[in-house]
Amino acid sequence: MARINLILLAIILLSALAAVSTNHRARKLVTEYEREQQRMRALEVEWGQLQLEQSTWATHARIEQIARDKLGMRAPKSGQIIAVEP
Amino acid sequence: MKLTRSPLLDAPLPAWRAHFLLGLLLLGSAALVGRSFYLQGINKDFLIGKGESRYERVIEMPATRGRILDRHGDVLAMSTPVKSVWAIPEDAKLAPAQERTLAGLLDMDARELSRKLAGERDFVYLKRQIAPDVAERVANLKLPGLHFQNEYRRYYPTGEVTAHMLGFTGAGDVGQEGIELALDNQLAGKAGSRRVIKDRRGQIVEDVESIHVPQEGKDTVLALDAKLQFLAFSQLKEAITRHKAKAGGIVVIDAKNGEVLALANLPTYNPNNRTRLSGAQLRNRAFTDTFEPGSTFKPFTVALALENGNVRADTQIQTAPGKLTIGSATISDAHAHGMLSVAQVIQKSSNIGTAKMALNIASVEMWKNFDRLGFGQPMKLGFPGEAGGRLRHWKHWRPIEQATMSYGHGISVTLIQLARAYQVFARDGDLLPLSLARVEAPPSVGERVFSAQTAREMRTMLEMAVQPGGTAPKAQVPGYRVGGKTGTAQKLDGGTYAHKYVSAFVGFAPVSDPRLIVAVMIDEPTAGAYYGGEVAAPVFSAVMGGALRTLGVVPDDTLKPLLMANLPPVPPAEEEM
Repeated sequence: MARINLILLAIILLSALAAVSTNHRARKLVTEYEREQQRMRALEVEWGQLQLEQSTWATHARIEQIARDKLGMRAPKSGQIIAVEP
Repeated sequence: MKLTRSPLLDAPLPAWRAHFLLGLLLLGSAALVGRSFYLQGINKDFLIGKGESRYERVIEMPATRGRILDRHGDVLAMSTPVKSVWAIPEDAKLAPAQERTLAGLLDMDARELSRKLAGERDFVYLKRQIAPDVAERVANLKLPGLHFQNEYRRYYPTGEVTAHMLGFTGAGDVGQEGIELALDNQLAGKAGSRRVIKDRRGQIVEDVESIHVPQEGKDTVLALDAKLQFLAFSQLKEAITRHKAKAGGIVVIDAKNGEVLALANLPTYNPNNRTRLSGAQLRNRAFTDTFEPGSTFKPFTVALALENGNVRADTQIQTAPGKLTIGSATISDAHAHGMLSVAQVIQKSSNIGTAKMALNIASVEMWKNFDRLGFGQPMKLGFPGEAGGRLRHWKHWRPIEQATMSYGHGISVTLIQLARAYQVFARDGDLLPLSLARVEAPPSVGERVFSAQTAREMRTMLEMAVQPGGTAPKAQVPGYRVGGKTGTAQKLDGGTYAHKYVSAFVGFAPVSDPRLIVAVMIDEPTAGAYYGGEVAAPVFSAVMGGALRTLGVVPDDTLKPLLMANLPPVPPAEEEM
């Protein structure tokens, strides 16, 4: 009788300790998860800003201006186009 | 000595003392039981709540407004987090040097800053919507009384080019104009919140429950093609500057599925900086402004006459002597033409020829035709202030009104209505609903208005109108066969027709298998020319040509110079009012 009680006591102690450590690990993982989530949001914001920047650099008005003024390009006149038959 | 021997212990005690003590002990333990019952039972929820509030936090989860993308996925509108700096003036006692540093960082006048901080109010915004990295540098100054607030700001990289199409958002990123308003429901996100447990370092250690799941705003993919939009916008702008016009609009529609590929108006505004906006700048003319379509309307009348079998393309109509009296009123052509075939009536844009055809059509039928083409009712695309135009009920038409309406006077339309209605010629007689969003699976056949046969005949006539001898040779596009119709309408000013004009051109290309419809409207050109063939047709030509090349549409015409060097150019036909 006393032996069984001792064994049960040991099991209870072990399971209690396991619960504590599992809970602790879970909390650590949650913290880590939250940190990664935060990083994800920050990266999303940065991605958005980069998209905006790209869009701003790639505005057609800007491209046309550079093509015209800096590179001296112009649209071909009707006689200058050669159509290639497919 | 033995204590047991103490005589004091031998003395008999009164029994009530023992009872009294026992009673006290019982009372005490009853009080304890009662108290613990109160704490554990009755007051439990309150205490648990108090306890949780020590370590539980409710966190707001903001939702971002969806992006607006063009058909190729280029960003047209996007929200990004920014910070607003606010202060409690009472707490914010800054040294002059600190004030100067702050003003420098916030890019504002130092005097304005100190005036704001000296105010009586409890709360003052120092600067709204600054970039997060600037906000961080301000925060690093660790000034007293300064606080930050997270906000979203919407940016429009294409600026004024897409201003009317996209509209803009107001405070709290709520749509106020254009697409932002029309599709606000799907663009707007819903902020959520959740309950978490934080440790003493402020880190989240346990996710307890989510109270409201946040809903991110949905991205919206428009039918708009940013490249075509810029092309249309810049050509329109150039024409308006050259002809010193008051305003203008242009619409590009995909004839195959009803997508609106480009839509621009002038004057416009920069949606990223909306200080000092006037109503004229804000107006999305293509949707809200109605005008008399003038000759651009004639093809609808002629098509109805063809459809009814009243005339054939080669039926001769007498338009001499250039005047026609109906009741007490007289209508006229600017130039008398004599006998014209139906095709030539379109080519030369004869009012009398069109009116004669219209007078053989019952007014109810003509009205039904206009109604089915979508005139007289708003398109209901969800744009704010969409106008329907004026189309009076046929019961009130007098013959002279029916005659003038046949060539586009006494009736008013919006540019987008006109562009859409031209689908009946560009397609084989049917009409699709327009779509602002990219169409994935197009409806193959729309609402039928004319037969395919009539549509084909009209295409041939409309192609003649842009050829030498027509009203708009300047609408030609090298390499492609195009068809279209000019319109020049005199504007009503205080009830009488003034010397103010609206020049328009609506057309499609390539004629062999139309892909695009372009409608151009230029309001009050004042630099001399005002005929649609002079003012609006060149814009059409440039936009149509560029758009067809951009889309890679196979040319259906041999490339040739517009005017042969060894041939005298055929003078274009003068257009009727």
